[in-house]
Amino acid sequence: MYAYDQYDQAMVDARVAEFRDQVARRLDGRLSEDQFKPLRLMNGLYLQLHAYMLRVAIPYGTLNARQMRALADIAEQYDRGYGHFTTRQNIQYNWIKLADAPDILADLARVEMHAIQTSGNCIRNISADHLAGAAADEVCDPRPYAELLRQWSSFHPEFSALPRKFKIAVIASEADRAAMRLHDIGIRMVEREGTLGAQFYVGGGMGRTPMIAPLIRDFVPVDQFITYAEACLRVYNRHGRRDNKYKARIKILVHELGADEYRRQVEEEFAHLLTLGIEPPRAELERIKAHFGPPIHAELPPLTAQAGPSDPAAFAEWRAANVLPHKLPGHVAAVISLKPIGGIPGDATAEQMRVIADCAALYSADECRVMHTQNILLPHVREADLPALYARLADAGLATANLDQVGDIIACPGLDYCSLANARSIPVAQKISQRFAASGKGAALGELKLKISGCINACGHHHAGHIGILGVDRKGTENYQLLLGGSEAEDAALGKITGPGFDEDGIVDAVETVADLYLARREAGERFLDTYRRLGMEPFKEALYG
Amino acid sequence: MAELLRFRDDEPVDHPAVTVDAFGGQANAAAVRVEPGDDARALIPHLAHIRLVEVNFPAFTDGRGYSAARILREAGYTGELRAVGDVLVDQLAFMRRCGFDAFEPDQPFDDGEVRAAMSRFPHAYQPAAAGAQPIWVLRHPPANG
Repeated sequence: MYAYDQYDQAMVDARVAEFRDQVARRLDGRLSEDQFKPLRLMNGLYLQLHAYMLRVAIPYGTLNARQMRALADIAEQYDRGYGHFTTRQNIQYNWIKLADAPDILADLARVEMHAIQTSGNCIRNISADHLAGAAADEVCDPRPYAELLRQWSSFHPEFSALPRKFKIAVIASEADRAAMRLHDIGIRMVEREGTLGAQFYVGGGMGRTPMIAPLIRDFVPVDQFITYAEACLRVYNRHGRRDNKYKARIKILVHELGADEYRRQVEEEFAHLLTLGIEPPRAELERIKAHFGPPIHAELPPLTAQAGPSDPAAFAEWRAANVLPHKLPGHVAAVISLKPIGGIPGDATAEQMRVIADCAALYSADECRVMHTQNILLPHVREADLPALYARLADAGLATANLDQVGDIIACPGLDYCSLANARSIPVAQKISQRFAASGKGAALGELKLKISGCINACGHHHAGHIGILGVDRKGTENYQLLLGGSEAEDAALGKITGPGFDEDGIVDAVETVADLYLARREAGERFLDTYRRLGMEPFKEALYG
Repeated sequence: MAELLRFRDDEPVDHPAVTVDAFGGQANAAAVRVEPGDDARALIPHLAHIRLVEVNFPAFTDGRGYSAARILREAGYTGELRAVGDVLVDQLAFMRRCGFDAFEPDQPFDDGEVRAAMSRFPHAYQPAAAGAQPIWVLRHPPANG
C-alpha cells in the first residue's frame, strides 16, 4: 500500500502545527466560533449533541496493522474505548475534547494518517472499491488513481470554499462496490482498445434530493485524468448555487444545467486547462503504482500447528457468507462483520481493532480495508489460513456470518449522537437485527441490503437500500418511512416510499412483512430486489396497509 | 479603513475601482472590482491596461474569488490582484497560491499570524499561480533542470 515520502509527511506535520495554532487561537478567543467553524470542519471536527466528533480520513479505506492499532490507541486514550466506521470508509470518534484534537492529529501523523478535509465544503476523502487489487473483474487497481486524486485534492488552493461538500469514488470494474454513481464524481477506470482511461460520472448524491450521476465523459485518458477533474471542479466552484445550502451540491447544478450543458462547460474549461501543464507526469503515476504490488505474506507457522475452528458448522456458515473470491489462485478476501446481532452497525472497540490489526498482519499481507457497508475486509487471505483466521475472529466476537444479509445493516449515528438527526437509527437497526436473528430467516432471505438514515440528509444511504428506512420527526415523535427498491450497485436505483410511516416497533414489523412477502413470492434465483422489480410496489403495499 | 498588505513593490493605484459592468464603458479605468457573481473572463481582452483587480469576498465562505484569481493569472494578468472584504489570515496561503498579491481585509491581520501562515507549508501538491513548484516536480525533476 502507499507509504509517505518526506513531502507527504511534511504536509501532515505542517497541518498538525497549523491546527494546533488554530485551536489555541479559538481557546483564547482570537478566533470566533463562526471563524473557527470552517477551519475545524476542514479537519473533520464537528460539534455534535454531546461532544466534538472527529472524523479521521482513511484514504480509499486502506489501513495497515500499525495504523489500525493507532486507531485503537486513540479510541482508548481520547474517546470511550470505541470508534465508528463510516459509509465513506472513514472512522469517527464521538467523544472528543477540543483541547485534545491537536494531540490526536499528531498521533495520526506518526502513522501517516490525518483528518484533512474529512468535513467542510471541500473535496473529501477519496473512496474506492474495497476489493481493489483483489477483485478478478477489475481492469486495473483503482487505488493509484485514488491516491493521485488524494494528493491533488489535499489543500487545493482553488477548491477550499466550494458551494458544498464534494465526494469522489473510484472503481475499476463493471460491478460497483463503492456506490460510485451516488457520488459528486464517480470514476470508473476502463480499457478501450488496450488503452486505460476513466469514465467520469458527475452529479450523483443522496441527501434530500437523491440523484444517480449521469455519464459526463466516457473516456478520459489517464494522462489527462487530474486535469479533467480540475475542470469539473472549476465549473462547479464558479457556478454551483450558493443561495441555498440545500441546492448547493453539484447534482443540482448538473440537473439544472442539464448534463449536456454541464459537459459543454467542462469541456471548454478542460481544453483551457490542458494548455497549463497541471497534470502530474506519468512518472508520478508510476511511482504511486509501485506501492500497490501483489500481496506479500508474513511467514506463518506450518498449518498443522494452527488451531482449527472449534465449531466446524459455524465456520462453514461464515465461510459461505463472508468469504469472497480473489484474483490470485489460493487466495480469498474475508469480510469481518461489524454487525453482530443487536449491535451498533460499524462500531468496534479498541480491543476488536487490535484483533483486526493482528489478523491483517498475520493473514492479509498487513492490510485491511474499511468497506462502505461499515465492515472490515481482509483483502488478501490465503485460503488455507481461513480456519485459523476464523477462530481468532470468533473469539473476539467478530465472526458474524451475515455479509449483505438483512442483519448487515448500514445505519447513520442518528439522534443518539448527531445534531442534525430527527430520529434514532441505531435502536431500529438493533431491533431489526434481533428480530431476524430470532426468526432465523437471515440466511434464507439471502442478499437483502437494509439501510437506515435518521434524517433526510441520508448518511445511512436509505435511498439506495433494497429496503430503506428514513427516520423523520412527526409532530414531536419519531416516525419511520419505508422505502423499497433502491440499489447502490451497478444496477443503481433510488428506492420508493411505500406509504404512511410507522412507529419504532411498527417499522420492525413492516420490514418483516415485506421480507415474508418476498419469501412467499420469489422465483428461483431471485434476490429481494429482483422480486420487487418484477412484482412492483402494489403487492408490498397491499401486505403493509391492506 | 482596513490596512493593506502587499506582496509587490510598485505604487498602488490611487483611484477607486469600477465594477465589471461599468468597466465595459470606461476603457480608461485601470482598476476594476470583481464581485463573486462576475465572470472574470470578461476582463481578459482588457488586461493589458488594467493595473488593479480587486476581488471582493463578502463572505469568506464564498470561494468563487479563488477561481477568478486563477483565471486572470492564467490569462497572463501581471497587475495587482487584491483580495478585499471578509478575508481571514487562515486563507492567506491559499489565496497567495491562487495569484493574489495584495490583501485588504475588513479586520486587519496580525503580523505574526501572517508570517506563520506564509511559512507553514513548505510545499504544495498542486502547481499554482504563485510559481512555486508542485511536489511532483520536486519528486521528478526535469532531466535538464
